[in-house]
Amino acid sequence: MNFDFSDDQKQLRDQARRFLADRCAPAAVRAILEGPEPFDRELWKGLGEMGFLGAAIPEEYGGVGLGHLELCVIAEELGRAVAPVPVASSIYQAAEALMLAGTEAQKQAWLPKLASGEVIGTLALAEGQGRVSEKSVKAIVSGGKLNGVKTPVADGDVADLAIVTAREGGKVSLYLVDLGGPGVSREVLETIDPTRSQAAIAFKDAPAELLGVAGDGWRLASEVLDRAAILIAFEQVGGSDRALEMGRDYALDRMAFGRPIGSFQAVKHILADMYVSATLARSNAYYGAWALSTGSSELPVAAATARVSATQAFQHCSKNNIQVHGGMGFTWAFDCHLYYRRSNNLALALGSQSTWEDLLIDRLRQRNDAPAAA
Amino acid sequence: MNFDDTPEEAAFRATARAWIEANAPKELEAELKQGGFANNGLKSVDPIVASKAWQKKKAEAGWACLHWPKEYGGRGATPIERVIWGQEEGVYGALSGLFIIGHGMCGPTVMAWADEETKQRLLPPLASGEHIWCQLFSEPAGGSDLAGLRTAAVQTTDGSGDWIINGQKIWTSGAQHSDYGIVITRTDPNVPKHKGLTMFWLDMKTPGIEVRPIKQANGQSGFNEVYFTDVRLKDSQRLGAVGQGWQVSLTTLMNERLSIGSGMPTGFPELFDFCMNLQTEDGLAIDDRSVRSRLAQYAVKASGLKYTGMRAISALSKGETPGPENSIGKLVAGAAMQELAMYALDLQGQGGVVSDPEIAAAGARFQQMLLRSPATRVEGGTDEILRNIIAERVLGLPGDIRVDKDVPFKDIPTSGRG
Repeated sequence: MNFDFSDDQKQLRDQARRFLADRCAPAAVRAILEGPEPFDRELWKGLGEMGFLGAAIPEEYGGVGLGHLELCVIAEELGRAVAPVPVASSIYQAAEALMLAGTEAQKQAWLPKLASGEVIGTLALAEGQGRVSEKSVKAIVSGGKLNGVKTPVADGDVADLAIVTAREGGKVSLYLVDLGGPGVSREVLETIDPTRSQAAIAFKDAPAELLGVAGDGWRLASEVLDRAAILIAFEQVGGSDRALEMGRDYALDRMAFGRPIGSFQAVKHILADMYVSATLARSNAYYGAWALSTGSSELPVAAATARVSATQAFQHCSKNNIQVHGGMGFTWAFDCHLYYRRSNNLALALGSQSTWEDLLIDRLRQRNDAPAAA
Repeated sequence: MNFDDTPEEAAFRATARAWIEANAPKELEAELKQGGFANNGLKSVDPIVASKAWQKKKAEAGWACLHWPKEYGGRGATPIERVIWGQEEGVYGALSGLFIIGHGMCGPTVMAWADEETKQRLLPPLASGEHIWCQLFSEPAGGSDLAGLRTAAVQTTDGSGDWIINGQKIWTSGAQHSDYGIVITRTDPNVPKHKGLTMFWLDMKTPGIEVRPIKQANGQSGFNEVYFTDVRLKDSQRLGAVGQGWQVSLTTLMNERLSIGSGMPTGFPELFDFCMNLQTEDGLAIDDRSVRSRLAQYAVKASGLKYTGMRAISALSKGETPGPENSIGKLVAGAAMQELAMYALDLQGQGGVVSDPEIAAAGARFQQMLLRSPATRVEGGTDEILRNIIAERVLGLPGDIRVDKDVPFKDIPTSGRG
């Protein structure tokens, strides 16, 4: 049994960590949080040049052609560094959707530019508050023109390409929309995590090109969300580990009542519980990585498991990192809130926790029923 | 990344599977599958007789105590082979419960600290299940604070070198069935507590030993009190030097933590099945959104433990020592099982109070879990001690400031509100 990453993959992880330590220090994240730029353009360019963005994209489409396990270890490091770049939208979702459902021409047109970072893509599903589901799709395509409003759209303010769910003749399909084209207007939204921005995008007779089979849109979107859930789970696992380390380091340094606060059991036990949830999430994320890389029929169960576990762990670790820091953890100057913001952003990014809990139970049921049906 | 055996592992698995297929007591399979959270499920036969018979059969064919050297009755197998054996033995592994403490803790301690003649004499019958062993560590005054134990061993002055033991042990699993045990005692109360301890092995039939089962909060009796009244042991029964008992006990406890792959049950598969079939006035319980949310939370805990175990097994497979992530198993599973049992009863409404297996839902499995689960959170290290271990040994946080560390044992305060 080898339920672990290979030595090569671990080396890649180390390489990504060194690169990000150099190019994505907390000061770089803060620059995006506090400044006018929506994302770190230099870092984004560097990630493209290093081949990190194109890790799972085949060489024939301008990628590096490594695979999803490699993308998982890169995602972990991006999460650890709370990287302020549109990778989840552009790579985990848009590129995955194109690889899953694109025609040869669509793949040739978009994947090389997504792999290099020249073009930013995003997946636009939500249309306001509430659960995102097939029923919630109201945008309409008719005669190749899209009408409707998608909000919030992750990185919608900076994306060049959107993959949109919309109805045509009542059936939901996926469409490619060039956001630089006519009929698109967007508005940046104020959010809990400005280091990964969100926008509302209004489409008025915007040209839309079918992606995948007509009427197959929600199934395809679900598959993309499953893949993205696993990759984002690795970001969440990386973020959990870093939040735990920050809390641990502070508990070792901070003195109160004449002793390091890390010697108090009340503090130690908070940190031990953070370790427990981070460890469970890591193991579940590995299960997701295995399913993703092997194309296993367990992928739907594994994705929901990885997602629910990682969301729980990152929220748990980021909030308790602040708790261990006490008042200092609530200052703008300390980095704790970068992780708190990101954890709560990622918790919603692909649909809420309760949505994924529901999916997990549905899928466990289907898996249980499968042998009987066969 | 894969779950596949290496060719050597596959070959070992095939050999083990074939032998188990040909030799396992299949007539007990159905009953063992019904086993639950507090017993191995056997009703038609004496569980001890059945356990000993299976162990003997395994020993004769070289399948007992896989991780022990051959000369002491083991197989000299690698850690990963031991895990594979456990997977293949499956439900029959429940027949080894009686021997877990002997094989996993007492045996390795004797192996590390006894002289060769003693090892040759004591270990093979322990491996083959002829003898059952227990571990006499905890005391009324020393549970989590094991080194606070007070059972005294005093060396005689009659020239024999013998030791006289007086005191009381508690929470001794299986003492009522045991032939032998290892006992940790205080031999010097004038030095700090960790320095005045000494370990011995003993025959449980030695005069002066009295075993009294403890009636537990759930009504069963798996644990015992063991009283020592002028119990005389030979100096040759000493394990390690006088005053070295703490170090010797660490061998035992280390072995406890190294046993991997058994996988602590959380009760999740049982709860999931239960909810799949439970009719409420609104339909099946599993269709209820609040039920689904709770189930999902338990599901990811159970899955997280399973795949954490897989990661540990992978480390073993590569010849590495598994990392500390394995230490979370009991902490997560114990608390999960207790919460889950309470939730299962809640789903049964007022009827959840009934624990008669003939009437209660799921054969009263969840009622039994509810009543047994407090023990899981205490035995073998409380939840709080486990959190301290994670915090100190994994995360590198400082130990508690100790008021008793450099004080002679006899001067340590013993009463709270006085």
